[in-house]
Amino acid sequence: MKRFTALGAPRIGLIDFPGSNCDRDCNDAFERHFGIKLIPVWHTEHTLPQVDAVLLPGGFSYGDYLRSGALAAHSPIMGAVKSFVSKGGAALGICNGFQILTESHLLPGALLRNRGRRFICKFVNLAAGSGNSVYQKQLGQRALRLPIAHGEGRYYIEGEGLRRLHDQGQVAFRYADAKGQANDESNPNGAVDNIAGIVSENGRVMGLMPHPERATDRLLGGSVDGLAVLDTFLSSFM
Amino acid sequence: MTTTFKLSDTAQMTRPQQIDETPGPAFTALMRKHKLTGEEYARVKDILGRIPTMAELGIFSAMWSEHCSYKSSRVHLKRFPTEGPDVVVGPGENAGVVRLSGKLCLAFKMESHNHPSYIEPYQGAATGVGGILRDVFCMGARPIANLNALRFGLRSHQRTPHLVENVVKGIGDYGNCVGVPTVAGNVSFDASYNGNCLVNAMTVGVIHEDRIFKGYATGQGNLVVYLGSATGRDGIHGASMASGSFATSENSERSTVQVGDPFTEKLLLEATLDVLDKGLVVGLQDMGAAGLTSSSFEMAGRAGNGLYMDLDHVPVRTTAMTAYELLLSESQERMLMVIEPHKWEELRAVLDKWQLACTVIGVVTDTGRVQIHHKGLLEVDVPVDPMTDLAPKYERPMRPRVKDALDPEVFNQQVTAAALARGPEALLLAALRDTGDKESIYSQYDQHIGTQTVHGPDAQGAAALWVRSEWADPSEPYLGVLTAAACNERYNRLDAYLGGAHAVLKAARTIAAAGGRPLAITDCLNYGNPEVPEVMADFSAGVDGISLACRELSVPVVSGNVSLYNETDGESIAPTPMIGMVGKIQDVRKSPTATVTESAALYLLCPLKVRPQFGGSLAAKLLDQSLQAGLAPEIDWHAEREGMDFLRLIVDKGQVSACRDVGDGGVITTAAKMVAKSGLGLQLDLALTELARYPELAQYFGEISGAFLICFNSGDESKALQSAATLRYNAVIKVGQVVDSSKISWGPWSMPLKVCHHAFTSALS
Repeated sequence: MKRFTALGAPRIGLIDFPGSNCDRDCNDAFERHFGIKLIPVWHTEHTLPQVDAVLLPGGFSYGDYLRSGALAAHSPIMGAVKSFVSKGGAALGICNGFQILTESHLLPGALLRNRGRRFICKFVNLAAGSGNSVYQKQLGQRALRLPIAHGEGRYYIEGEGLRRLHDQGQVAFRYADAKGQANDESNPNGAVDNIAGIVSENGRVMGLMPHPERATDRLLGGSVDGLAVLDTFLSSFM
Repeated sequence: MTTTFKLSDTAQMTRPQQIDETPGPAFTALMRKHKLTGEEYARVKDILGRIPTMAELGIFSAMWSEHCSYKSSRVHLKRFPTEGPDVVVGPGENAGVVRLSGKLCLAFKMESHNHPSYIEPYQGAATGVGGILRDVFCMGARPIANLNALRFGLRSHQRTPHLVENVVKGIGDYGNCVGVPTVAGNVSFDASYNGNCLVNAMTVGVIHEDRIFKGYATGQGNLVVYLGSATGRDGIHGASMASGSFATSENSERSTVQVGDPFTEKLLLEATLDVLDKGLVVGLQDMGAAGLTSSSFEMAGRAGNGLYMDLDHVPVRTTAMTAYELLLSESQERMLMVIEPHKWEELRAVLDKWQLACTVIGVVTDTGRVQIHHKGLLEVDVPVDPMTDLAPKYERPMRPRVKDALDPEVFNQQVTAAALARGPEALLLAALRDTGDKESIYSQYDQHIGTQTVHGPDAQGAAALWVRSEWADPSEPYLGVLTAAACNERYNRLDAYLGGAHAVLKAARTIAAAGGRPLAITDCLNYGNPEVPEVMADFSAGVDGISLACRELSVPVVSGNVSLYNETDGESIAPTPMIGMVGKIQDVRKSPTATVTESAALYLLCPLKVRPQFGGSLAAKLLDQSLQAGLAPEIDWHAEREGMDFLRLIVDKGQVSACRDVGDGGVITTAAKMVAKSGLGLQLDLALTELARYPELAQYFGEISGAFLICFNSGDESKALQSAATLRYNAVIKVGQVVDSSKISWGPWSMPLKVCHHAFTSALS
């Protein structure tokens, strides 16, 4: 699945924090499946290199000893990411990357400690929500199977914000059962309305707790649905 | 920061006060605290030629502790077979290394963290994972998988739930943060662990054959550099704590448990691989047990050099630490490095990126002595070689256990009668509950990070990783690493020799069932108090049993660890020689799981000379029968080798969809676990097998060695059976069907599927 424009491969900045640990997996997935080499950007940088989009990988940035993503949100590079996004730039935050996006107020809401207070690693089913973002248009009502691995992934937003998310079609993924039904049983962490991933108002910033980069080979858990998510990320700016 | 050291004339330095060796209660208490015998203390004075300082006493106590010196076990460990065509680095280094494919090698080791985990389960287990990760990455290997083997007391024991909860959380939080997947493990519950849980952690890493790094302090004038977390008072005397028994009345050992910081570990991992890759370091060693002491003595010893260090430069996190405390602290996430002076600036730039503190604390000398200076005093001046060469080494007395006089046949009949009285249906449910689903444990571990996990813990067999590396032979694009840990403590309690062999065999069969060839093992030898002759005899027999199996299967031992004194109030644990094994499969796409997902015929691969036993069986445990009576399953080495070769052959031909080694609870328990999560039923009938010669209950619940349950891919059955026709020591017989039904039936008995499923999945709740 190669995606090249007339100008060559897209340039995606991979924002690396001390404690990021899914950066290698993201690199591997983009390189093997899309022929794209991600451009590493260290957290101490104050500016982004010339990029078309940024990717915030999973991990435990700065150890996440405060709230997940809270310290990373105040790192030098996030200033540059904020200004990139404010100009309409595309961003994808996976797991800890999602937490950093909410802590940086680039996405609304917050990610709290899982219901049950335990770290959870397993494959979950997701249903894509309806809305106008490329994620929702491209992934439609399709059911996806992706792995999660987090201790603080319970998405929360208060009533007014939640209503706005739904009204504006910003709910991108919800935890669901195999038939695509979102219910309490299929909610692994207690997220409000089973929310697993959301998009920004302009649809160009995406944050999700599940790991698409871990579901790109049938051999590794039987699902390649992550490829569709990464491919949609590419079409969000190409 | 100092970059050059002027070698002061240590001879003119002032020495601190020596210890007071006036005989009396104070001196006796001092010796007891340092776990040194009178004879050992006399040897300390011989080596020094004078009375030791307090810091020196601490050093000898730590370095000569059972944990660091292997003083009770060393004479036995020499009997392990350690060589083989694939071995690149054998025992004695931080981890063993075997060749996997092309220049790609695996570095791996298992280590115990039993004592700290019992005292403070969360931190004890977490720092156990941290320690074994550092052992592997300080050789230059990138960790790709973690495993753990856990043993707890009975579930009804008051302390067990607390230990399970926190040990699992500790392992998870640490490994998840560092970003290494936990892919396999095992856990069991036995009364003998009521006062001593076992936490054995294993790490597997990948490394280039020509870039293996060893801990040598070479090059006189080179700088000794301290890297990582600052030193605090945590973990002082950890090594000697791990070398003594517990008494329930003593709770004061708590202060010696270390505290882990997985975030710093992750930085240390990346920084270490970075500086090794850039060639900035001459020698490097983790500060593990006995901290700065053991790392400095070991690095100097291997290189035949001396070291001079000034403790005033050691970064500290608390005030007024003495030399004694600085030297014996087991603060975590620290490394000792030796570098060439001109590389200091470049090194510092790399470490700055990772925000890690590093300081020059000393220099490599030609004195053959470790000399340590603190606050103007020469606190330590110890010759390196004599300290190692003259370390105590004991051939402790051994006395084989008196075996239960009961005739094994009579015992088998007793267990059979008890099983029939309880009801075979109830026995199966109890077996499923006892050995059932571990999802509530492994779902707390990140199993997928690294995107190599083909079979994780949910596959219930060996873990399988798809290793993609430019160092591997390019003709193996789907190269797979298989790994498993195993030990049956009940067989070991019954017969420590056969038990040791069974532990190796179980690991080998688990890997063979996934289609792999074992490459090498690491071991964690967990035993009781070595000063008890029966325990020492068990230990020696265990080493012989492991060695036997390794020779019979051509699998060398390349690394390992010994944990003795697992004893509380005079009660030793069951011998538990935990085996960690790595293996290879050329095409991991063909690797079957140990669980079925669709209807299929079920076959049994079984040695012709099979004889089911109830000695040490799961049935005996569940039916409250003696765990000291009867026989563990006999081993037919011809059949074991032939069976495993056959499996590898048919897996390589792509004919196998599922395969599982027959283990605890016999054929029916194994078969029920194979289908437990599939939603499918099972019909099992052993009438056509060699087992049919035995009483029906023994056929299904008796334990045997060398057998496997197999499902073939549809259309491949006849081809596989054709290959099986050439077997000389085994037979492959159709024994049933995995079917879309609502029950599990075996022989004359049956149970509703729902009930079995519930027993299996509620195992740990």
